[in-house]
Amino acid sequence: MRSYEVTFIVDPVLSGDEIKSTAQTYVEHLKSEGCEIVHVEDMGLGQLAYPINKRSSGVYFCIEFQCDSGSLIARLELALRRDERIMRFLTASLDKFGVKYNADKRAGLIGKSRKDRVKSDEPVPTVRPAAAPVATAPVEAVAAPKLAVVPEVPAAIAPIVQEIEAEMPELFEEE
Amino acid sequence: MATKDDIKFLSNPKIGQNKKKYCRFKKFGIKYIDYKDSEFLLQFINEQGKILPRRITGNSLKYQRKISTAIKRARHLALLPYVADLLK
Repeated sequence: MRSYEVTFIVDPVLSGDEIKSTAQTYVEHLKSEGCEIVHVEDMGLGQLAYPINKRSSGVYFCIEFQCDSGSLIARLELALRRDERIMRFLTASLDKFGVKYNADKRAGLIGKSRKDRVKSDEPVPTVRPAAAPVATAPVEAVAAPKLAVVPEVPAAIAPIVQEIEAEMPELFEEE
Repeated sequence: MATKDDIKFLSNPKIGQNKKKYCRFKKFGIKYIDYKDSEFLLQFINEQGKILPRRITGNSLKYQRKISTAIKRARHLALLPYVADLLK
């Protein structure tokens, strides 16, 4: 069995029922092709990073499925391409780590472990006071990813920069 | 006459000691990079939306390839911009 994931953006101008039925169309399509649907994720209305078809937002859906051969992908993509309600789509094959990642994400393991890791990445948390709201507000971040972005030094050079900053007052005092 | 204590901070003693960069994916055992997680991918692009080189992020080649694929997929799905000003 091969695992795939198809993500697509539905036109937000449609009504809520139409958007849901659009996503359902492709679930049915995959089922009729003999696929096993693992999960259908409604990622909700999101702001696009750049306009597509003169729209600045879109409703994201992600369907994870398993099938025996990849020959149905061409038929699925043809259907997506012909559909005017779909603004953009992407099909990706998943390796075993991708399948595990998605399973962990559904179980709620990923977000938590990420928070822990971000904390351990930062040796001096006082330098970045803005880090706390980002870590505690993932829901807001989904709605407005651009607003939640913190201007940050790449993690690799962050410790060096912090050391230089710590040294700075001393340098000025000496002069 | 400047004593040794006075000239101690004329050059930063720690500036030459480069902290060894490391690949965070190897260190923390991250095997899969999700292209839908745009917030995570923001760490690997600059404010113009360009992918940062390995010499800055310290990623190993294997994971740099995965990162760049994930960023390109995210751009296609309009989760990340192709070009931007003041992204961060």
